[in-house]
Amino acid sequence: MKPKFPIYGYLAEFHDGDELLAAAKRSRAEGFTVMEAYTPVPMEEVAHTLGYSTSLPWIVLAGGVLGACVGFGLQYWTSVIDYPLNIGGRPMNSWPAFIVVTFEMTILFAAASAVLGMLWLNGLPQPYHPVFNVPAFELASRNRFFLMILSRDPRFDMKATKVFMDGLGALSVKEVPH
Amino acid sequence: MSAHVDFRQRLEGWRKLSFGVGALGLAASAWAWSTEPTAFARMWLIAFLYWIALPLGSLALSMLHYLTGGAWGLAIQRWMQAAMRTLPLFALLFVPIALGMHELYEWTHADVVANDELLAHKAPYLNSTGFLARAALFFAIWIGLSLLLAANARKHDQGGGEAALGRLRTISGPGLALYFLAMSFAAFDWSMSLEPHWFSTIYGVVFILGQGLSTLAFTILLSSCAVRDAEVGSRLQPSHVHDLGKLMFAFVLLWAYVNYSQFVIIWSANLAEETPWYLRRTVGAWGALALVLIALHFALPFLVLLSKGVKRNPRVLGAIAGFMLLMRLADLVWYVAPAFAHGAEGADHGGGHAQSPLHWSLITSFVGIGGLWFGAFASALRSRPLTSLPEPDPRAAAAHH
Repeated sequence: MKPKFPIYGYLAEFHDGDELLAAAKRSRAEGFTVMEAYTPVPMEEVAHTLGYSTSLPWIVLAGGVLGACVGFGLQYWTSVIDYPLNIGGRPMNSWPAFIVVTFEMTILFAAASAVLGMLWLNGLPQPYHPVFNVPAFELASRNRFFLMILSRDPRFDMKATKVFMDGLGALSVKEVPH
Repeated sequence: MSAHVDFRQRLEGWRKLSFGVGALGLAASAWAWSTEPTAFARMWLIAFLYWIALPLGSLALSMLHYLTGGAWGLAIQRWMQAAMRTLPLFALLFVPIALGMHELYEWTHADVVANDELLAHKAPYLNSTGFLARAALFFAIWIGLSLLLAANARKHDQGGGEAALGRLRTISGPGLALYFLAMSFAAFDWSMSLEPHWFSTIYGVVFILGQGLSTLAFTILLSSCAVRDAEVGSRLQPSHVHDLGKLMFAFVLLWAYVNYSQFVIIWSANLAEETPWYLRRTVGAWGALALVLIALHFALPFLVLLSKGVKRNPRVLGAIAGFMLLMRLADLVWYVAPAFAHGAEGADHGGGHAQSPLHWSLITSFVGIGGLWFGAFASALRSRPLTSLPEPDPRAAAAHH
């Protein structure tokens, strides 16, 4: 599919987190929805402002439940169905003894689905991303805060969006080539 | 924004109400003491153990916060400081237990000990003089620590800065270790020795975690009541509520973890001197209560607290915290009361063993001690700030996490 616009988006650079947050709020109020923010420290409120949501917790929950079922099922199957063995006169289905492994498998599956789900949802590892075409962007992991409005945004316009972003009080607004 | 509610005014109303209700409860309990001293002493012990969890849990969590820092502690530090100031009251409330020792503990009966090899073997530790001396030592440690913390926290309030905070940390390290030791042995003495043939080394930890959970639930409930107050509400951010919710979630898990650990070890070993404790607690109504505890003290709060939205909403979290406070009582009753249902493991000596393990004076003692305690707690909060949280600063909010 050929992109609609010749650039990937506009990248605005800010001095601190408060300026970025204010800019994100204004952009959101202006009606932009496809935006990205890059900060050297985690900023929950910016993610919240940009309307970030993730289904990762549900993936982790599903992984945990699956792990619990696999963990308990494995022990139940081996001790009750496949190879019943009388140990000290205890019942075959000795659930108190099964809990430890069930718990460990819950954690293992939940943790694994958290890592794999995270990679699946965010698309990492990603060898190429257009935002690195802007040289100043390397400061995103040091002391600068960036807000990008992507050209995929339905409200994006080559001229009007640039004018809007210039009015956000950023240090600079750069074009991000594809 | 909803209209601000003056939390201090409400607190003052609750203070008067709880002193009044507490006085009624204590009067009814006093009547039970004069008519049925054995039943009274047993129920008093349960109510005492329930309420002392709040000042002691406050002492422990407060020291934990001085050692680790974090905004969650600032959000509840004032509640905890006020709670631990009520510890001398509990030294007073311990008097009926000391006086009722003979009613409560079979190892105080010389004839029982003489005919019981195991109790005779334990007698150098488990004797009346040692019991009283240790109780005095426990209270000396706890009250001493709370006074030390209070004095240095006051210096910190008056601009003592880093030096005062450093002293608070210096006290808190050894203080936390002392609290752990004292509380472990207090749990052994006051509660575990009700069934003196049985022993579990994790028993003290179960009580300590219960105290932490009770304290978190209580402070969360109080914070949720104060969230519309001008003084507290403007400073208490969703991130603080979230952190407190996460901590309560962790304590719910820890409670299940230590209780399961104790159970699975005894279940696996299947030894005749260890299993009776669980046999008593897993038959009939006690067995039903055990299942209720697994479902409502662990499974339900675990599942509900998984949600981030729940942990960030002070009202919903406050409701869960209130429910947990109720469950703490159910847990404590399940731990302590079945001990009263049996004689000395089959042998028939001492009086009053045929009685029901529960008695109406549980309610009056619970309300009596609770009312008196909350009144004292609210008095300790008067003329002191309700929160240690700073005025909200957008930069600080952004830097959280």
